[in-house]
Amino acid sequence: MKRRDALKGGLVLLATSTLASIYKPAYSKTLVGGSGLWKAQPPPPLAVVDSSRLVFLTPDEAKLVGAIFDVLIPADELGMGATEAGCVTFLDHQLAGPFGSAAKDYKLGPVVEGLPQQGPQSIATPAEIYRKGLAELNRFSKKKFDKTFLDLDEAQKIEFLKNMENGTIDFETVKSRDFFTLLLQNVREGYLADPMYGGNRDMVGWKLIGFPGAVYDYRDWIVSKRGQKIDVQPVSLLRTA
Amino acid sequence: MHYKRPKADVVIVGLGWSGSTMAEELTRAGLNVVAIERGAWRETSTSFPTTRNPDELSGSIRKEILQAPVTETYTVRNKPEETALPLRKYHNLTLGNNVGGAGTHWAGASWRWQPFDHQPYSHVMKRYGPKQLVDGLILQDWGVTYDDLEPFYDRFEKIAGTSGTAGVINGVKQPGGNPFEGSRQSPYPTPALARTRANILFADAATRLGYTPFPVPSAMIGAPYTNALGINLAPCTYCGYCQLYGCGNWSKSSPNICILPVLMQRSNFTVVTESEVVRINTSSDKKTATGVTFVDSDGNTGEQPADIVIVATFTLDNTRLLLLSGISTPYDVSSGQGVVGRAFTFQTLSWAFMFFENEYLNPFMNTGALATQIDDFNGDNFDHTGLGFIGGAGIQSLCNQGLPIGMSGLVPEGSPKWGKGWKQAFQKSYQNYAQIQGQGTSFAHREQFMDLDPTYKDRFGQPLLRITYNYNENDRRSGQFIRDKCVEIAKEMGARDVTGVSLADQPYSGYTPWDSSHVQGGVVMGEDPKTSVQNRYQQNWDIPNLFVIGASSFPNNAGYNPTVAVGATTLWTAKAIKELYLKNPGPLVRL
Repeated sequence: MKRRDALKGGLVLLATSTLASIYKPAYSKTLVGGSGLWKAQPPPPLAVVDSSRLVFLTPDEAKLVGAIFDVLIPADELGMGATEAGCVTFLDHQLAGPFGSAAKDYKLGPVVEGLPQQGPQSIATPAEIYRKGLAELNRFSKKKFDKTFLDLDEAQKIEFLKNMENGTIDFETVKSRDFFTLLLQNVREGYLADPMYGGNRDMVGWKLIGFPGAVYDYRDWIVSKRGQKIDVQPVSLLRTA
Repeated sequence: MHYKRPKADVVIVGLGWSGSTMAEELTRAGLNVVAIERGAWRETSTSFPTTRNPDELSGSIRKEILQAPVTETYTVRNKPEETALPLRKYHNLTLGNNVGGAGTHWAGASWRWQPFDHQPYSHVMKRYGPKQLVDGLILQDWGVTYDDLEPFYDRFEKIAGTSGTAGVINGVKQPGGNPFEGSRQSPYPTPALARTRANILFADAATRLGYTPFPVPSAMIGAPYTNALGINLAPCTYCGYCQLYGCGNWSKSSPNICILPVLMQRSNFTVVTESEVVRINTSSDKKTATGVTFVDSDGNTGEQPADIVIVATFTLDNTRLLLLSGISTPYDVSSGQGVVGRAFTFQTLSWAFMFFENEYLNPFMNTGALATQIDDFNGDNFDHTGLGFIGGAGIQSLCNQGLPIGMSGLVPEGSPKWGKGWKQAFQKSYQNYAQIQGQGTSFAHREQFMDLDPTYKDRFGQPLLRITYNYNENDRRSGQFIRDKCVEIAKEMGARDVTGVSLADQPYSGYTPWDSSHVQGGVVMGEDPKTSVQNRYQQNWDIPNLFVIGASSFPNNAGYNPTVAVGATTLWTAKAIKELYLKNPGPLVRL
């Protein structure tokens, strides 16, 4: 049955098989006042990323992402670089999950380009953009420099990424600027999200800016430390200080 | 499978702020109430534990608490001659997706709207006359005044535990509060929040410029408080995981902490979760609502018959549900006739972004509504003669963000966005960035409206709601005026680097950074069935046992956040149902 045919006589009739796939794992509940069915349950445990193996990227892709990420957030006297901080691990797990598959996006057609203010209309997922974008990036690098991106020197890598950022590099299957935007967003996320997601090792990103992390009560400081530097050892949800 | 639930006295569609406030009133009056909620059950200790909640990635970055576009979205275009396209990714309208609705994750600014905002037409005609209105602007009174609503504002604040400093009590101005606010019968239930360094710089600058700063009333509880329903609320801890997060501390007023713990003790209340209402059912003569049809998460279609139907979904979905159900006359842009989808409003936001040189603003200590404001240029608090617009904005130093991913792009213009230079810039800007927001009014216009999209459907095959909206000339003029005021104050604060912007200068987009989430109208209340869907009690003109509540009832948008006005109008309608309608079911206003 086509979606369009589902609307009949003002009553919505549905093909159960389709719905089951849309709805899992949510289930309707009827909660009656006074029954106690609604009372608190223990919260689910934290899910911690396992950094020992790749779950989406191939080893070659991971190496390439690492080389790009280390240009975007390099190691210097302010702290370690993106790869050492775990940003590739972070990305790998994000791409394997609902972020990678754009599970929350509206993907029904028709898919057409609109005015810029109407927002992104592409239904390509981050996982697809990375897979295609990384291949394009290497192809372009070999064509232009006769080297893979990994073998470029630092200045060439910076120049390459600047051209992606400006959209002056033409990729065939993805827009280089869109791919760059995604890379920059994800490396920052990996560097600054809670370490339980695989990045921000030793809370390096938080230490860079003096962010205290997973703290839930500042009543002692809101007035007493107003306008003052606070030397703080951040904490993560993993409770490692 | 199709099933029918036992008939209820009342069915409520959506269990956010307005639905749960209404349910509490009507169950206390002894009615048997069933709420149908699209999202899942959410409860503070289970869903937002303090040991799990401080997590920026799942919170304000991946927005896991929001209703996703895959569930339902809107199509948008600026003008009637354009083709509307769907908002495919998370956008600026931050919809709730759970019991508690957007009231679980909201920022918490807790405003009473001013007397002007409820009777803008009368005020403008009296003070300026019709020439003050730009072409096509729609201006009308609500049919209910601030004075009518004051007792209900008071009651809602005492349910929410609102924190703040009163400006006017029984007509007498109070030191430290908003001198422009409508007169109140009592102070705020809990004291105002502490000010940040940025708030103080703003307050001092505004005072030097001759304005009157005051703390923004907020949902962040100012001190331990037992609310009107007997529930204990706790003081806010300024944790900074606030807007787009549920509160694990019982410190941010929400249906989940302020109402549901009491409501869920009552055996005459039932909520059916993860079930989406797809239609309001009516009798064949369309003069009576008979209940609602919903689809549950197992794919079954259910029917909930009831004597009274109350629609309390997200403001835009209220309009959509009426259109899908063929209730009342849809608005027709070409003729200007019809009412459902008419009088859509947004807001006009203006900003000053600034960077200091050597501050420690410690932005991580914040709340969703930790702000100091001036109302000198809001509503009709200043003389608009010769300005060419009506309305204005609340101008505020807003400290609502300090989480690192969200701050990572906030570096001065011209700074590197990556590489070593970005690390240096970010390290400095994190402690030196501040902002002033002008949250501006918006008035309806002939060419701003909602209808059903002819092309795009939801997951059930029903048409999406289509929004046709662009800023009008009134918005552009007021936005620029307010932007200049924001910049004036930012410079007086001593900031090194100040950028001003009026969002109304660009075409409307659902993705503009820094924009409002406050959309309204479409099912407005009023005095005339030709220009309103419902009467002053939010009762449908055609179907007396149908009430659509929420910000969809407001024909204009204020320079304020809408939640407390939604709460007050909900309580006003609840009283009318209990004391007038139940005794004599039928139209409460006869023409």
